[in-house]
Amino acid sequence: MLAMKEIENAQLRKDSPEFGPGDLVRVTVRVVEGGRERLQPFEGVVIARGGTKLKETFTVRRVTHGVGVERTFLLHSPRVEEIKVLRRGRVRRAKLYYLRGRVGRAARIKEDRRA
Amino acid sequence: MKSVQKALLGRKIGMTQLFAEDGRAVPVTVISAGPCVVVQRKTADREGYDALQLGYEEISKDRRLNSPRAGHFRRAGEKVKKEIPPCRHLAEFRFADCEAYQIGDRIGVDVFEVGERVDVVGTSKGKGFAGVQKRHGAHGGPASHGSMSHRRPASGGATDAARVFKGTKKPGHMGNARTTVKRLRVHMVDEEKALLAVEGAVPGPNGALLVVWRPTGSSAPAPQAEEGK
Repeated sequence: MLAMKEIENAQLRKDSPEFGPGDLVRVTVRVVEGGRERLQPFEGVVIARGGTKLKETFTVRRVTHGVGVERTFLLHSPRVEEIKVLRRGRVRRAKLYYLRGRVGRAARIKEDRRA
Repeated sequence: MKSVQKALLGRKIGMTQLFAEDGRAVPVTVISAGPCVVVQRKTADREGYDALQLGYEEISKDRRLNSPRAGHFRRAGEKVKKEIPPCRHLAEFRFADCEAYQIGDRIGVDVFEVGERVDVVGTSKGKGFAGVQKRHGAHGGPASHGSMSHRRPASGGATDAARVFKGTKKPGHMGNARTTVKRLRVHMVDEEKALLAVEGAVPGPNGALLVVWRPTGSSAPAPQAEEGK
């Protein structure tokens, strides 16, 4: 069992910033397309964090052309190049699934200006 | 070039995930494999067939070992003038090229390399006396509307046969049987800790005894015949 922990811990990344639900983030993802690798940014609101340790994930939601897009990333994946927090959001729950039913002004999140 | 056949005994440690070079998260089973020691080489002349006997998990000397077992390891050691430690488990492999190994040889995880395909043999988890849904994947009957045929095995066959044919799927004992999973990709080889990680699931509970091997010798495509002139 110790060996399992070692294998898992060795893969953990320590370079991700602190962020949580409600925060606006820009995630830079490595995308391999036809043998070529390029970086693709994905900007949106973090609506959930899930899992623990190596299996930790976060879900980012954005609305483009009136269509809601959600992507779930593995926090420790080497495909995630960079996570940048653009704005802290003030929210009162851990999972912001209620945003799915809202558009426009109703989907706004108050900025958290503390600290 | 045909590479040698190889085999190791090991124990299942558990499952986790590894990130591949391209960033994919791959589900793997971690196996603590080897080191195994070659205890005996059976030959067609003496035993009637060629085989390699491997020992796994050394037992400390003061442990009680019955004398035929103890003698087996002692004589093996005398044959090659080397100390061969008594092992908890012995297993035989009928390789075509047993000459590639010598008695007393230690085989470790380094015989495998990342990317290679291996077969893993183990004993599946026992499910006890299982019904037809769990054991054979039957669909099961209606849940309501007066039906009482919820998980029943339905028809046993035609009435004019006046008997049940052999092989008809019935409830019975399931699991706790020798199971082989073929062509699992090796994702990690840790020589220092004697660990292997293979893609996918492997039979048995954590801690179960396993055989990791490449029975055919090579999982690479057969070399192309050279163009004759």
